[in-house]
Amino acid sequence: MIKKPKQLLVPNSEALVNEALKDLGQRIEQPMRRAFLQRALSLGGLSLLSGCAVVDEESVESALLKVSRFNDKAQAWLFDPNRLAPTYPESMITRPFPFNAYYGEDEIREVDEASYRLEVTGLVADKQAWTLAELRTMPQETQVTRHICVEGWSAIGKWGGVRFASFLRRIGADTTAKYVGFKCADDYYTSIDMPTALHPQTLLTLTYDDQPLPPRYGFPMKLRMPTKLGYKNPKHIQAIFVTNTYPGGYWEDQGYNWFGGS
Amino acid sequence: MANTNGLIHPLWVRITHWLNALAVIVLAMSGWRIYDASPFLGFSIPAYLTLGGWLGGAIQWHFAAMWLLTVNGLVYLAANVISRRLFDKFFPLSLSGLFGDLSAALKGKLSHADLNQYNTVQRTAYLFVMLDSVLLVLSGLVLWKSVQFPLLREWLGGYEAARRVHFFGMAGLVAFAGIHLIMVALVPRTLLAMIRGR
Ligand code: HEM
Repeated sequence: MIKKPKQLLVPNSEALVNEALKDLGQRIEQPMRRAFLQRALSLGGLSLLSGCAVVDEESVESALLKVSRFNDKAQAWLFDPNRLAPTYPESMITRPFPFNAYYGEDEIREVDEASYRLEVTGLVADKQAWTLAELRTMPQETQVTRHICVEGWSAIGKWGGVRFASFLRRIGADTTAKYVGFKCADDYYTSIDMPTALHPQTLLTLTYDDQPLPPRYGFPMKLRMPTKLGYKNPKHIQAIFVTNTYPGGYWEDQGYNWFGGS
Repeated sequence: MANTNGLIHPLWVRITHWLNALAVIVLAMSGWRIYDASPFLGFSIPAYLTLGGWLGGAIQWHFAAMWLLTVNGLVYLAANVISRRLFDKFFPLSLSGLFGDLSAALKGKLSHADLNQYNTVQRTAYLFVMLDSVLLVLSGLVLWKSVQFPLLREWLGGYEAARRVHFFGMAGLVAFAGIHLIMVALVPRTLLAMIRGR
């Protein structure tokens, strides 16, 4: 998980853009998407180089998104379902393990265990909702693996829970479907490819460092994949669905690469 | 070095050189923005030097330009080896030649009469930047897909070590580019030759 993107244009390019808009005498309210494109690309860098903004932002953006889709395919091709991420001795666990989300630590959601139910929908045979107690009766595993953040830092942690492949088989999921999507109590959402969902180190975790997952690490449950970057590992999961329709994700819809493998 | 058609730089050298320059500029500027998301050396790169506007945008640029750098670099290296130009232009290398040419250069006495021949300082610098680019691509692969390239990852000392290798590899490349630009500014005829071929 990662922090909010800073809403900043390169300072002088922002001034330039504002000036140009004034000159035109038509300060158009920019719809969200345009505002986002400006932030996403900030041709500031490019216009500094060329001395003027010669590149059409929208065509650059769509070209970059095409490459990002190509990179999804390249990563799916590189992904080896049998290759394991390295595991570490417990002495190497990073303490304290960093907190990271799209909001600050003061906004961590508290989920009530008694009323909690995990919803399961989409291409699955058994759509019964799950209590935490029921999930705890399934075979549990632990792993000490490296969490790699899209920002570049990494930290080693210890997670425990149910192997996600066993869970998917237990609910009779169509494992030939393309995607597994997640909706979370903190309004986060994301989705992953089926081969990664079935990877032996993909765990539906209920514990962190042998204790029930604390709220800051995603109580009641976090999907942990050492083969994917942090933002692909949803916390506070409330609903899981299996689908062939691309579900996107909170950061992915803003421009992060969808596959997000590591 | 035989120059039957009178060209100093064949067309493929010029094309791959300029594509490479473009890729390096985009990679360096977007890479600095990515570095700023988690600046592990205790300083940040000023935002106006970076490309992408925010982390997600910078990553899009970086992971697009990496393909250009890699494919273009492979074409350049392959053509250089197959045509034997690599061995003719960049070898032999010798320490005495390097120091001789270096001191001549510092005294402003290094001859540039024949643009067909690289002196030992140029040879060393160009071979350095070729190897450094290979190191950057390999360490970049570890950062991009550390789980999928276990041998490469262990060879570079793990994910966190690969981050350092990648950063200092970038620093070496940027240092080369800075000196390179100064040298080109001092001997502008070389720029014409890299554009027109002669
Ligand atoms: C926009 C900036 C650049 C300019 C104006 C420029 C210009 C030149 C010129 C004029 C030459 C011929 C030099 C000579 O005859 O000695 C040259 C060669 C070379 N440059 Fe650049 N360059 C630039 C960026 C780069 C970058 C970023 C790299 C690599 C990271 C690079 C790598 C090389 C190499 C390896 C050669 C030798 C190529 C060969 O002969 O096969 N250049 N450059």
